[in-house]
Amino acid sequence: MKRTRETNALVSIGIVGLVVLFAAPQSLELFAVISLTTAVSLAILALSLGLIWGYGGILCFGQTAFFGIGAYAYAIAALNFGGSSSAILVAILVAAAVAAILGYFMFYGRLSDVYLAVITLTLTLILYSVIRRTSGPEYKIGIAKLGGFNGINVPPINYPWDSNHFLFPEQVFYVAMVALLGSYFLCVWLTKSHFGRVSMSIRENEVRTELLGYDVRLYKLCMFTVGGAIAGLGGIMFANSIGRITPDVFNLYNAALAIIWVIIGGRGTLIGPIFGALVLFYLTSFLGQQSVVNINLFLGLVLIIFVLVVPRGIVPSVVQMWDRRRSRRMTARSARKFRRRGRTRVKEGGLEE
Amino acid sequence: MLETRGLSMHFGGVVAVDRVDFSLRENELRCLIGPNGAGKSTFFKCLTAQLRPTAGDVVIRDFNVTGSESHQVARMGVGIKTQVPNVFDGLDVEENIWLSASQSTSVKRARVITTEVIDRLELGDVRKTQLGSLAHGQRQLVELGMVLAGEPWLVILDEPTAGMTQDEVVRTAEIIQEINRSATMIVVEHDMQFIRMIARKVTVFHQGRILIEGAMDEVSSDERVREVYLGQRKSA
Repeated sequence: MKRTRETNALVSIGIVGLVVLFAAPQSLELFAVISLTTAVSLAILALSLGLIWGYGGILCFGQTAFFGIGAYAYAIAALNFGGSSSAILVAILVAAAVAAILGYFMFYGRLSDVYLAVITLTLTLILYSVIRRTSGPEYKIGIAKLGGFNGINVPPINYPWDSNHFLFPEQVFYVAMVALLGSYFLCVWLTKSHFGRVSMSIRENEVRTELLGYDVRLYKLCMFTVGGAIAGLGGIMFANSIGRITPDVFNLYNAALAIIWVIIGGRGTLIGPIFGALVLFYLTSFLGQQSVVNINLFLGLVLIIFVLVVPRGIVPSVVQMWDRRRSRRMTARSARKFRRRGRTRVKEGGLEE
Repeated sequence: MLETRGLSMHFGGVVAVDRVDFSLRENELRCLIGPNGAGKSTFFKCLTAQLRPTAGDVVIRDFNVTGSESHQVARMGVGIKTQVPNVFDGLDVEENIWLSASQSTSVKRARVITTEVIDRLELGDVRKTQLGSLAHGQRQLVELGMVLAGEPWLVILDEPTAGMTQDEVVRTAEIIQEINRSATMIVVEHDMQFIRMIARKVTVFHQGRILIEGAMDEVSSDERVREVYLGQRKSA
């Protein structure tokens, strides 16, 4: 029964995704579509963190590093290649490779969780300050100038067969949505596989998993690398939605934001982080227009409230509430049935008399 | 088939294990006993490569495992159970055992082994229960099941009966003797009653060294052993 419910949930997520995919560009204004694309790209980032933190137990405080590296690598490669198709591939590979190299030293060096969080955060902050200082024309890779704090103008995705034909924002949205759905189902498949189950057992108890004969370091490294690749994909879509990538993507605010999405959406689920990212993205941009409350203050408050009141996050709590209500309703229904049956029996008895 | 040569482990100035030469024959069931702080658990951790010894070697089936990783030792076919129940609290009994079985074999075969092990340990009633909500003794039993599911030829157990009820201890003793029919075993314990149920040959540790090695009767009547244990009791 649990199986079928899970399948139902997956199917409905897929359907909702497809509906949004096709309906949004038809019914929304251009600006709304572009901002939805940004939200979707951030949701991919949240998903990647949800995978490695929620399932792999790896608290990476600098998941934005891979997101930003993906975005930068895409922009630089696309400018140099004069086309986007191979640039996308290169950007994902670069993000994955950086994650793999960093992960190798962290996991094979057997660093504990706290150090891991600190190191990943440091990486993203180092990237932030280094890239901010690359304003001069001498800082360039190929023909792409890094542009310091002004960032790089990102060439949009083009048709794979025609590099002069760029995609419209609506079409970029389609690509981003497909990327999100694709990564989501990849993550679902991954967590259901043998690899995913061993990863979860590492999260539960590392020593035991090792004593069963699993090479814990390798599993963590693979998980971290996949997370890096997905974050990189998110970065590519982000760069495409805004059309510009700046070092701000690496700053502390964004690094913390990714963690907040996962906490609020629900750690240990895959849909939760996506949900958290979307909700907070729209909430903060709504509040930004109002200028009634300070956004940072608001975010801090939300985080504190969640940690204290809903520590498991929105999605797991809602699922639990739903389950409880349903089981209550079911017992109520069977009780009613029982009572009714009792009454008819009494009536029958009356007739006999 | 398992041998240590001059095995030493120092923690700063403390010598936990001091030049121990130990050897084990095929199909033996050996108990390691000794008072608290005698170096049993450190010795155990050196055998399973959880600790890298300061000096000396551990050789398992002609293969020097000194400096290997724990998972490499486990992959050789060594089943290991640690002192504190080391289980996956968030997963259910079946998943715990399945994870162990599926390390060395195909997914299909792992399922068969899992069912076998659960039947053998009579854990059918709690098959779908999360480990976190089981009693301490049952968790120990599940961990024993995880060791079994790996189909090891060498089994090393650290205090398998800690926290068990009397009935569970008796059952564990039976299971251990059953495992011993197909595997060589080392059991680290300090519950003397339990040792009496299973032991044939006993190695007594004291202050990081082997005090005496021999049959259970021989050891328990030894003056020095009595002194070590009684001394322990007096001071406690």
